[in-house]
Amino acid sequence: MSARYLLADSLVFARRHAAHIRQIPEKLLDVTLQPIMFTLLFAFVFGGVIAIPDGSYREYLLGGVMIQSLSFGIMGPATAIATDVREGVVDRFRSLPVSRASYLIGHILAELGATLIGVTVLSASGLVIGWGIYSSVLGGLAGYGLIILFAFSMVWLGTWLGLIVRSPDAAQGIVFLVVFPATFLANTFVPLAGLSPVLRTIAAWNPVSTLAAAVRELFGNPTALPPDPPWPLQHAVLCAVGWSLLLLFISAPLAIRAFRKRTQD
Amino acid sequence: MAYDERVRRTKSGVTATGLGKRFGDLWALRGLDLDVPAGRVLGLLGHNGAGKTTAIRILTTLSTPSEGRATVAGHDVAAEGARVREKIGVACQAATVDGLLTARANLEMVARLYHLTRTQARQRAGELLERLDLAANGDQLVKTFSGGMRRRLDLAASFVASPEVLFLDEPTTGLDPRSRNELWELLRERVREGTTLVLTTQYLDEADRLADDIVVLDHGTVAARGTPTELKQRVGGDRITVAIADPSVGARAHTALAPFGDGESTIEAEVAREATNPQGISVSTTLPLTRIVMRARPGLRLVEVVRALDAAGIDAHDVSRRETTLDDVFLAITGPGASRRSAATEVTP
Ligand SMILES: Nc1ncnc2c1ncn2[C@@H]1O[C@H](COP(=O)(O)OP(=O)(O)O)[C@@H](O)[C@H]1O
Ligand SMILES: [Mg+2]
Repeated sequence: MSARYLLADSLVFARRHAAHIRQIPEKLLDVTLQPIMFTLLFAFVFGGVIAIPDGSYREYLLGGVMIQSLSFGIMGPATAIATDVREGVVDRFRSLPVSRASYLIGHILAELGATLIGVTVLSASGLVIGWGIYSSVLGGLAGYGLIILFAFSMVWLGTWLGLIVRSPDAAQGIVFLVVFPATFLANTFVPLAGLSPVLRTIAAWNPVSTLAAAVRELFGNPTALPPDPPWPLQHAVLCAVGWSLLLLFISAPLAIRAFRKRTQD
Repeated sequence: MAYDERVRRTKSGVTATGLGKRFGDLWALRGLDLDVPAGRVLGLLGHNGAGKTTAIRILTTLSTPSEGRATVAGHDVAAEGARVREKIGVACQAATVDGLLTARANLEMVARLYHLTRTQARQRAGELLERLDLAANGDQLVKTFSGGMRRRLDLAASFVASPEVLFLDEPTTGLDPRSRNELWELLRERVREGTTLVLTTQYLDEADRLADDIVVLDHGTVAARGTPTELKQRVGGDRITVAIADPSVGARAHTALAPFGDGESTIEAEVAREATNPQGISVSTTLPLTRIVMRARPGLRLVEVVRALDAAGIDAHDVSRRETTLDDVFLAITGPGASRRSAATEVTP
């Protein structure tokens, strides 16, 4: 397979994904409308009751919704690839003179693109309700850098999930079952201080909390950390990068292996 | 075997030696030898589970053989998969089109992946939509397509690169008779232009009409092979079919018919036949018929059969004579177990 076609072929596959989204825009709901809904619900329903010692709740909220939304970003790639593998369209691609890698690259590119659309929409709706970047240009860039890194690892994780489940629906079910509790048992919407002692310990060590804290820190938003937070929260940015890389380095090889296996016979 | 003498390789088409595929304990395919010279048509014939799809998937590099080797267009399928894929067109048994794209976008995408330029891709897609009678639905989402339309789109996708070797797995399953005839014509045209064609089918008639050589598969192994004519010779001459409505006289009819037969006759149990009224509407009756099929003794006249039945007091629903079809070949070589199955496929189209 000539390598010179690898990029061109990957883009053909990525464009195919984009066309899917044009045909069924609902596919983007989980990364667009859902986070907007959470932002508005929490900002207006809980905004009045939840006190943030070092700033406003609306500024605090965005980092949490961002990480939750990116975590739900597992869904898109999982259902997309599960559908492709099941419907046999991958067989068509495998019979063509293109490398299997180009399909996977196209898939990852498109799904990452979809997530980034979500990030943009969410940032814009944050700006509308009073969120902003108060650190520095560098801090802002670093914040989005972290977001993209985490999004990338979630896309791979979703791809892997989509390849090991039996159907697209199963992937959806698993994502809801795992991501909902994981993103609520954290400092996503409520500061740690507001939780009962047991939940507080769980939430403090939850990587979701670390990631949300890191995004808040980089954007110069309030973090509402307790006086003596556990180590990961004290070094939130470092740990968030670490978590993201760890997830990426685990899920990418697993996804590639699963893809090879699913497309062998 | 005559088959081997006839095969003279000019340009390489498809070859296979001892090809086999195992799934767990099951050999889905075993000991398949093929030598299809370029430009010829091979029909792989067999009922469900015979191993046809397995063979096609190995030859198209979608599956790796457990044993044996095969070449397509001169390249080894296992070692040079990428080269093989440049030379072939494939239409798998299950349609492999993208439901969330339009028909045109599907074909353009495939064309782009064959590395045609954007303009060429657009042109080719338009041409193929026209040829497969999909032009009117070209801009419709494929998920709204009927089974037959998907099938035709899938076939169009296999034609995109005008491949040297074309593999079609049950290409006409699910097509109406008119589309089937059109597709046959299209395939003949391709073959005249020099394309090597390997197709699988459960429709015996189809292999008869299209294939130069036929390989009959049964439970993963080759049950018979040869040209359609050779296979027919092996199984004998015309067939006489007597259909009776009253199953209790079956045995009696059998005895009455014995003198006219040449070899064994078979009784096919109660085959349901749909009778539609001349207007083709509303009233349809289903009557179970017992059919007795036998090989006709040379020189037999149908009227003798009718008289004999009359003399035995058997009220036959229908007495007919027909040329041997591949169906009979199939029955003869794969045994009575297969006969029921093929009878079933005949009745429920
Ligand atoms: N992926 C698979 N795993 C296990 N068994 C399989 C697989 N694919 C096919 N088989 C089995 O191999 C046999 C041949 O199947 P197949 O080649 O699909 O037959 P055909 O296409 O002639 O209907 C069948 O018994 C089928 O159940
Ligand atoms: Mg099959």
